[in-house]
Amino acid sequence: MRDYKADLRKFIDDNYIIGLNGPAFADADSFMDRRIIDSTGFLELVMFLEETWGVVVADDEMVPENLDSLDQLQAYLTSKLGA
Amino acid sequence: MSGASERMAMPAAAPLEPQVLELDVAAEVERICAWMVQEVSSTLHRRGVVVAMSGGVDSSVCAALAVRALGPRKVYGLLLPERDSKTASSDLGREVAEYLGMSYELIDISPTLQAIGCYRLRDDAIRVVFPDYAEDWKCKVAIAGGATGGINFFKLIVEAPDGRRQEARLPLREYLQVVAATSFKQRVRKTLEYYHADRLNFAVIGTPNRLEYDQGFFVKNGDGAADLKPIAHLFKTQVYALANYLGLPADVCAALPTTDTYSLVQGQEEFYFALPYDQMDLALWAHNHGRSASELAVALGMTEEHAQIVFTDIEAKRRTTHYQHARPLLVEPVTEVNS
Repeated sequence: MRDYKADLRKFIDDNYIIGLNGPAFADADSFMDRRIIDSTGFLELVMFLEETWGVVVADDEMVPENLDSLDQLQAYLTSKLGA
Repeated sequence: MSGASERMAMPAAAPLEPQVLELDVAAEVERICAWMVQEVSSTLHRRGVVVAMSGGVDSSVCAALAVRALGPRKVYGLLLPERDSKTASSDLGREVAEYLGMSYELIDISPTLQAIGCYRLRDDAIRVVFPDYAEDWKCKVAIAGGATGGINFFKLIVEAPDGRRQEARLPLREYLQVVAATSFKQRVRKTLEYYHADRLNFAVIGTPNRLEYDQGFFVKNGDGAADLKPIAHLFKTQVYALANYLGLPADVCAALPTTDTYSLVQGQEEFYFALPYDQMDLALWAHNHGRSASELAVALGMTEEHAQIVFTDIEAKRRTTHYQHARPLLVEPVTEVNS
């Protein structure tokens, strides 16, 4: 199965945590619960998905179940792009 | 706790119903007026206050409270319409100012906004989404997602002169540019408010109610900037109660909250809040007082799942708008001036 997590983790580290002793987060951790990404941050994340992998994130896919952790993003991208 | 809403808190066992928001309006008006006199004179050392009046209930109540506290000669009103404002807004603002016997001035800020690029920059961003959008079209922005358990995002709605409507999700860059350009409106208004405050040696009143203040529904250094915010602790329902008590014109007391920022008619509920203001008031009160989603569901006639989504959305907006409230950060306290 193609792994998207490394690129996603780097994007999150670079843009939300800015690499400075930010909170370590597990693959299953909720970005919202860990206060890593807010609403505007999710819009940035969606833009990253669309520009990096060419997916089109539909309005009804803008839900935490798809976007709120590395595991969920992995599953979402796999479902959109294939394994 | 000294806040009116806190003082009126019901025992935990009491049912969650709109009555929890009732307050002793007369006592609250006197409390705010005494506070205003104290702060304007002793804390801020100013001679009066400037109030920008939109014609809505919040700014009208603030003006009425200021006139009651300080007298009409110490309150200066500004009506600051621009080309997307409804004419009725200025008419109502003028009606309130004249009813209160205060001095006021109307300044059309459209030329300033035009010169600074507000409309052009906004429209450039809109045309990325809708290439046909032209100056004679209308637009508005509406929130989506959060009210149904999703992640909040914004939709752009445009209307052609023939009435044809289209809508689409605003991509990040265009969303940020539309908001940034539109925020010129609130920031230009605030610049004028401070000009008049400075020339008169007055302070500036900010007019957010509790919903707006709590949920970050303001422009930083725009309508969020002020020296005093006399109704930031009051739920919208309570502001309406004050408006009635203060005898403000019926049109003001009955006015539904709008943004009056975009050319298409737009309620605050559509733009930002998940529910109509009276329901949002009760939801916020319930959340603040540790009431459960099941209690809110019964009170508002919705499912428990929906009520939980409302609570979650309140927290999401607090997180997202933390920056709105943040003061400039210092490396270390400068205690000599900020003790």
